Amino acid sequence: MAKRKRKLGRGVAMVGAGMSPFGIRPDVTNRELFAEAFLDMKDSVDKGLDPEEIEALYVGNCGSEMWESQSVIGALCASEIGLSPRPALKVEDACASSSVAVREGIIGIASGLYDMVLAGGTEKMSVLSTDWTTMALACGSDTSCESSAGFTFPGLYASMATAHMEKYGTIHDDLLKVAIKNHSNGALNPKAHFPMTIKGVMDMRIAKAKEKGSPVPSWADELEFLNDPRYNPVIAWPNTLFDCCPVTDGAACILLVAEEIAMNFTDTPIYIIGTGQASGYNLHDRDTLTSIPAARFAAQQAYEMADVGPQDIKIAEVHDCFTIAEVMAIADLGFFQEGKAAATAAGEGKTTRDGIKPINVSGGLKCKGHPVGATGAAQVVEIFQQMRGEAGQRQVTNMDINLALNHNIGAHGTTAVVQIFERR
Amino acid sequence: MKEIPFTIASFDNFLKEKKLMASKCRECSALWLPPRPICLTCKGHEMEWVELSGRGKLVAFTVIGVGPMSMIDAGYNRDNPYCAGIIEVEEGPRISAQVLGVDVAHPENIKIGTPLIADFVERGSWHFVEEIAKMKKMYLAFKP
Repeated sequence: MAKRKRKLGRGVAMVGAGMSPFGIRPDVTNRELFAEAFLDMKDSVDKGLDPEEIEALYVGNCGSEMWESQSVIGALCASEIGLSPRPALKVEDACASSSVAVREGIIGIASGLYDMVLAGGTEKMSVLSTDWTTMALACGSDTSCESSAGFTFPGLYASMATAHMEKYGTIHDDLLKVAIKNHSNGALNPKAHFPMTIKGVMDMRIAKAKEKGSPVPSWADELEFLNDPRYNPVIAWPNTLFDCCPVTDGAACILLVAEEIAMNFTDTPIYIIGTGQASGYNLHDRDTLTSIPAARFAAQQAYEMADVGPQDIKIAEVHDCFTIAEVMAIADLGFFQEGKAAATAAGEGKTTRDGIKPINVSGGLKCKGHPVGATGAAQVVEIFQQMRGEAGQRQVTNMDINLALNHNIGAHGTTAVVQIFERR
Repeated sequence: MKEIPFTIASFDNFLKEKKLMASKCRECSALWLPPRPICLTCKGHEMEWVELSGRGKLVAFTVIGVGPMSMIDAGYNRDNPYCAGIIEVEEGPRISAQVLGVDVAHPENIKIGTPLIADFVERGSWHFVEEIAKMKKMYLAFKP
């Protein structure tokens, strides 16, 4: 590919960010979830927002046709929050839908076409049974030769895990430690789908057994619990239930403005200084099964644009749809060496909230939940709050978060987006 | 004779005859499985059909209890899981396929590097819509 350094046509800043509570939300539709995120975002704009000033919407959504039998989600979201007749672009790139939407919003402002846009995403998934949701998600792989061969999403990532184990000697406990870490973060996130530590899940199981009068289980520690197939069954070997993110309903959005007007809305804007996006082949056509090449390309673009390196990034929200995905992400981003170093980073406390490189302080997709079309925007919401010191109990306090990054993968690596944020 | 197009449908038709066919780039000799009309290596678009030996080895795999509808309809479930894998054929390319005849009850016994040979299984089509899903198709599989 041409080696020309790319930059934004003009500066872009984020001045508001919000999300709906994530979880099973049977009584709301996609557009109502989006409205919840919009109102939460509006509250976050320090000096106030007149929604009439918003010029366009970019709405990520992966599968409303499948889950809700509803298309044109972009326009419906615009009308729900009273912003018709503004243009509303619906963006689909599987699990990266809303990061691509955010990036398109950035490009819209950087181009000079707009001064203020709303970008985010929404997904309503809990409508369908597990079988049909498995089917809907599998549409993100190549249906002509991957899902039709029997691969599901947990299965595709599981096969990457087996390749990682074979090549680097990674063990399943390494992966389970990623889940323990992300649950310990998400337990402090009131909007998380499962705001509970693994210890909390164990206590809940014990309480349930006592209530039912059935034999009360006991485990020495979290790892022993997670290795107990009665409570943590295999979904797609070696992926167990607690290696997998949940099926979640939720929405998130951010307010993007041209840099020159950012101070009209807040004294603490968050600037977007790097953005990268890449596409990738289906899994069997890649040169590697232990890394996501598209993520490496996207990261390289973002680092070059921002003129920073992995060592400069303080915290990151990365795509941990499965525990192995976080292990690959922190290597693809250059934070840890691919292999054992990345696999053991969580277990060694390097990526915990008080570690050297806090990863997924929101709880990640694993614990916060993964409404696929909203996930990337929700990562950015966490970055907005963390960089401004507004993350409550889960606030990272052992460093000055002047640079942060989000990494969002579409499908099993056929799309990747990496964006870098700065607080000046 | 009119050349058979380098499409998935053509590939599927060969599978019905229990033939594993790839497209070979006339420019750079790269092989593509399933066939592609455009070479990913050199971007050439002059292809020819070649039949592969069907021999390969397992390079990554999983054992799945909750599969897509086509696998559920084929009788697979949590109590009767199946193996899906990525297979590198001896001619070079890799492909995704079901792996038959391996110890799905003990996935830890399934070894990467296991030599495999192509097999062919009939099951319903991969589709949301029932009337399409129930149409039987021949799929590529592998077995030790």
